[in-house]
Amino acid sequence: MRKALIAAGAVLLLAAGPSLAQQKTIKIGFVTTLSGPTAVIGNDMRNSFELALDHLGRKMGGLPVEVIYEDDAQKPEVGKQKTDKLIESDKVDFISGYIWSNVLLASLKPIVDSKTFLIIANAGPSQVAGEMCSPTVFSTSWNNDQTPQAMGTYMNQKGVKSVFLIGPNYAAGKDMLAGVASTFKGKVVGQELTTWPSQLDFSAELSKARAAKPDAIFVFYPGAAGVQFLTQYAQAGLKDTIPLYTAFTIDETTLPRQKDLAVGVPGAQQWVNDLPNEANKKFVADYMKKHPGMRPSFYGAQSYDAAMLMASAVEATKGDLSNKAAVTAALKKADFKSVRGDFKFGNNHVPIQAFYLQDVVKDDKGEFVLKTVATIVKDNQDIHHQKCPMK
Amino acid sequence: MTLFIEQSLNGLQFGLLLFLLAAGLTLVFGIMDLVNLAHGSLYMLGAYFAATFAIWTGSFVLAAVLSLFATLLVGMLVEVIAMRRLYGRDHLDHVLATFGLILFFDESVRLIWGPEGMSLPLPAWLNRSVEILPGVQYSAYRLAIIVVTLSVAVSLYLLVMRTRIGMLIRAGASNREMVGALGVNIKLLYTLVFGLGAALAGLAGLMQAPILTVQIGMGENILILAFVITVIGGIGSIRGALVGALFVGFIDTMGRAFFPDLLRMVLSPTAASTAAPALSSMLIYLLMAIVLIAKPEGLFSTSQR
Repeated sequence: MRKALIAAGAVLLLAAGPSLAQQKTIKIGFVTTLSGPTAVIGNDMRNSFELALDHLGRKMGGLPVEVIYEDDAQKPEVGKQKTDKLIESDKVDFISGYIWSNVLLASLKPIVDSKTFLIIANAGPSQVAGEMCSPTVFSTSWNNDQTPQAMGTYMNQKGVKSVFLIGPNYAAGKDMLAGVASTFKGKVVGQELTTWPSQLDFSAELSKARAAKPDAIFVFYPGAAGVQFLTQYAQAGLKDTIPLYTAFTIDETTLPRQKDLAVGVPGAQQWVNDLPNEANKKFVADYMKKHPGMRPSFYGAQSYDAAMLMASAVEATKGDLSNKAAVTAALKKADFKSVRGDFKFGNNHVPIQAFYLQDVVKDDKGEFVLKTVATIVKDNQDIHHQKCPMK
Repeated sequence: MTLFIEQSLNGLQFGLLLFLLAAGLTLVFGIMDLVNLAHGSLYMLGAYFAATFAIWTGSFVLAAVLSLFATLLVGMLVEVIAMRRLYGRDHLDHVLATFGLILFFDESVRLIWGPEGMSLPLPAWLNRSVEILPGVQYSAYRLAIIVVTLSVAVSLYLLVMRTRIGMLIRAGASNREMVGALGVNIKLLYTLVFGLGAALAGLAGLMQAPILTVQIGMGENILILAFVITVIGGIGSIRGALVGALFVGFIDTMGRAFFPDLLRMVLSPTAASTAAPALSSMLIYLLMAIVLIAKPEGLFSTSQR
């Protein structure tokens, strides 16, 4: 009896063996913030990534897809831990996500060393676009300073002569403020960096901005901090006296709480929900159908693109991810329909793309929505690509 | 000069707000010898209650009053259900149990109100700035916070120094066993004190809500500051909490406001603007270290142990 059982087991194993080898799955790790005050961003990214998989029939290049979502709690050390786990114990083929530049910078080394393909869906620290670029690292977002550079250009167009800059004291905050200052032709009369992410009361900074009497204030406060900044800006009575210009401060994750405070406050972005291309219309419509009462944000759009980019490379290499050079070449083509419209990768694998001016309006249902007002720059490439040794 | 006046007001407002939190914490710590990490959760609940009541009633003031009673009630319930089992135990047990309460409250809030947070809009008469001196504009709401917290501080002082309950509270802070031995209903006193602390935390939370918005975990950052104040002021002392809170509020605000400029005189502008926020957030802890060295019991210690 025992022998028979063993024999039966052996037969089963033999039968299962070859089919297992054929049924390879594409394993994807996705690191984002799923707890704490900024979890709403992580949720939007996960929803959009899942929607992309739905649209792909939950297959890439005919192979089933398995996604492991990990929560970085917005902390670099937690993000690094989760990244290590995805690489070492889950042995994922692709890793994606990353909202925060400081979390990404902490997690980057193990990803690059293990040659796991990384598709960054948000964070854009200048180091990754420059000297730390890698053949296996791609971005479906931007480099941190591109968006504020577009805003600086727009402020020149508006005839702004002097500006006061406020932002959080971490990798992205510094990149953002440097970005505005690099294209803005007027005078930067003051600059304040605040403790991140713990400082949420900006009274001291707003008082200094008022005392400096600038033509305009520029801020970068992603997530809930953006709600707090706009609220305090209005309470300080600055809304009527010093106009505000922003990057990554007003989006669909914060707008339900910013409401009319955000009306008339311009922002720059590479994706807006009303961009008139087919891929985008499908993305936005299906997202709102799947998640009633919610709207996708640019974080989601970038995550959707990340999934589509991966699928395009798996398709092109017929699921053979062992030839790293071939996968890199396939990814670099960006052969998919991006929801932002067409874009191409620069030598550092950061998109060369357009940036739009967005504004907040009330739609016919009385809801606050973002809409595209104008194109600020076309085919914009980050300024760090020359420092990247890749061709 | 106008900048200095504005920043002083900012410091005063922040300090007084911290006082509300620290007062509750120091009462509970001093009288019940209970380390309550969940104090920040009560602060969060105050904000959530206020935001919800504001939607139901449409009135900011009414919502604030209702929310105050709601947190008082929750505080007393927590004391009866959970805290009673912790008296006389090791501080480590308190930390563990109240940390568990933080998780419990965070998760309950997530279940009831959802993860995305809420906002508490101000009525028009508060959502603007007023000219307090010629040329000095200041947020009407922050002025209102100063007025409310100052009157709470005064009434708290009167309650503790001039009433029978206050006498028991003070006695409890100095020598708990003796108060119990003299036949005072210590159980009821504890429930009241814990409820009062909760209501103060709730008041701080609901007043911060329009400035900082309402979200899960909002109490955790500010709780650390409240603990620092308790240590600086002396455990169990309301006066110590007030002085400590004002110190911390002023140092934090003034540090953020003027420290970067001072640093720019000695360092390059980029190095200064990067280092300044980190250094100015250290100032508070520096103050705490100095107080601990000079007066380990705190500035106004009540304990005679």
